[in-house]
Amino acid sequence: MALPQPKLDATEARIAALSLPESGWSAPARASALARLRGMGLPGARDEYWKYTRPETLTAPAAPKAALFETGERLVFDGMDRLKIVFVDGVFDAEASDPLALEGVEFARLADSADIHWAQDLYGTLEEAGQTPVERPLAALNTAFASDGILMRVTGRVLKPVSLIYYHKSDASDAILHHVIKVEEGGDITVLENGPAAARFNKVMEVEVADKAGFHHVRAQGRDHERRAATHIFARLGTESTFKTFTLTMNGVLTRNECVIELTGDDAVCHVAGACMGDGDFHHDDTVFITHDAVNCESRQVFKKVLRNGATGVFQGKILVKPGAQKTDGYQISQSLLLDGDSQFLAKPELEIYADDVACSHGSTSGAIDEEGLFYLRARGLPRGIAEDLLTIAFIAEAVQEIEDEALQEEIVGRVEAWLTRRRG
Amino acid sequence: MLEIKNLQVKLEEEDKQILKGVDLTVEAGKVHAIMGPNGSGKSTLSYVLSGKDGYEVTGGEASLDGADLLEMEPEERAAAGLFLAFQYPVEIPGVGNMTFLRTAVNSQRKARGEEEMSSTEFLKTVREKAKSLKIDAEMLKRPVNVGFSGGEKKRNEILQMAMLEPKMCILDETDSGLDVDAMKLVADGVNALRSEGRGFLVITHYQRLLDHIKPDVVHIMYDGRIIKTGGPELALEVENEGYAHLIEEEA
Repeated sequence: MALPQPKLDATEARIAALSLPESGWSAPARASALARLRGMGLPGARDEYWKYTRPETLTAPAAPKAALFETGERLVFDGMDRLKIVFVDGVFDAEASDPLALEGVEFARLADSADIHWAQDLYGTLEEAGQTPVERPLAALNTAFASDGILMRVTGRVLKPVSLIYYHKSDASDAILHHVIKVEEGGDITVLENGPAAARFNKVMEVEVADKAGFHHVRAQGRDHERRAATHIFARLGTESTFKTFTLTMNGVLTRNECVIELTGDDAVCHVAGACMGDGDFHHDDTVFITHDAVNCESRQVFKKVLRNGATGVFQGKILVKPGAQKTDGYQISQSLLLDGDSQFLAKPELEIYADDVACSHGSTSGAIDEEGLFYLRARGLPRGIAEDLLTIAFIAEAVQEIEDEALQEEIVGRVEAWLTRRRG
Repeated sequence: MLEIKNLQVKLEEEDKQILKGVDLTVEAGKVHAIMGPNGSGKSTLSYVLSGKDGYEVTGGEASLDGADLLEMEPEERAAAGLFLAFQYPVEIPGVGNMTFLRTAVNSQRKARGEEEMSSTEFLKTVREKAKSLKIDAEMLKRPVNVGFSGGEKKRNEILQMAMLEPKMCILDETDSGLDVDAMKLVADGVNALRSEGRGFLVITHYQRLLDHIKPDVVHIMYDGRIIKTGGPELALEVENEGYAHLIEEEA
């Protein structure tokens, strides 16, 4: 079916503003992604999956300017033992990064043209698979035009986290990064991400988790306010593998985080969680699609949004259980804490089940601060503001607890506490 | 210490009078017990004194050491020395018991213009007091009341009371849901806090708790009023004969 003219024009205008990077091994994948993008067209406000989030600023030929955000304060994860990989406005910064050497990991840069066979087999394939049944044109655009990214092949249990740190130093930067991570059988890695990245940031992370392998991901987005981000995680999980991702988002006029996971091996476990703190001109969208295509797998989606002063939170979460995916245990919860009457939470939970021996539950709620809890804390002498902050932390606790590592949990809660304290003044 | 005069309270949401003129004075160093059938207004009294929303005071007064309680926010009442041990302690996931306790202690100190407790001093004190209540390090680390048994929750209330060292303690059915051993443990905790400068108001359905926490004065509450006041023997009378005859006397 031909695309409507406005959509076609918008897509071509965006493509015209980009240029295909010089790339040897990834060239076929990029060409195929470009064809996919042309076939789908960039998202428009009328598209079903963009009903709650306006895509215009994400698809416009040029990135809207975003003021730089530098506080000089300690950044999240600072001081933790980790391997740092730094990108500035979407470009790898070797000087600011640690040497790319870590036992159990092979590193390469997407921007290097050396032949990388394992990445060649993966680059763009999970993204392509994730286009059905729901189209994700911004991810296809990313595969076609990504200028940089890290490629990691994990061959063993990696003892310290790999930390991707993004800096935003130019107010009109438009970064497209594409990371590929392949965790081989028995391998295990923790990947951290933080920082503002660019005025506009389009990021894809493709993660293949082989049998009995583990992937843990903790991301902190924020606190720069004006930046816009559209991110995708595509993952495929093998037998008895574990995949856990958690995202904390604080501030941001527009953030769309998509997570597309396919459980293809039996007894795999997948947890996707997030918490966001929005105040004022804030729009945050979590769009999750989990496909169960194997027996006895577990998936959890836990999303908590704290919204005030007219902030908007969106959750579109789906569990698809394919025929034969018996003994599936699927759980999905999305909740918002609305701290005033102006904020809104838009949720679209979906279940689609084609197997008869499964347990799937989902729930979505919006509410104010728990009055019983508030009275309890105040009756112990806590001033209202501090009591509300503690209850806010209590509200997001279920999501934060999806992070396996306790030190990382504490790091995340510390960020939230600081955010709340700043707002109390 | 605690003075309540002709206190009248109705529910904000519905036009229902719960307290119809309560008079009660608890002196420093004394333990007063309030007994009464369900729905007589006992818990309402404890909530109104500690400042819970949803109640409207339509008449009367309540003061602590001369300060008007009804004019204060709940946290101000706490800082002034009022403590309510909840019948149903609230679970606060994601907030460690220790963090909560320390924030509470220091919030009150700050409100009173006192110096905050140092972390070493706090740790030492909390460990000491927790030990006597058989609260282990694990329970102190866990989120406030989350996954606690009924007995653990009540012991945790008494630990908070011990840490906050209030002047006036109100215990709202602290015995509910406790087995004999747990009740003894809680009662021992309360008795350890009895002192000349501290008053207690113990709300209970049963004489049982009063075997362990010996009251100086017992009040019977019915239909929003205190209908009889006596010594510890009044609690025994209720235990043996129920409330019916007392209510009839009143009527």
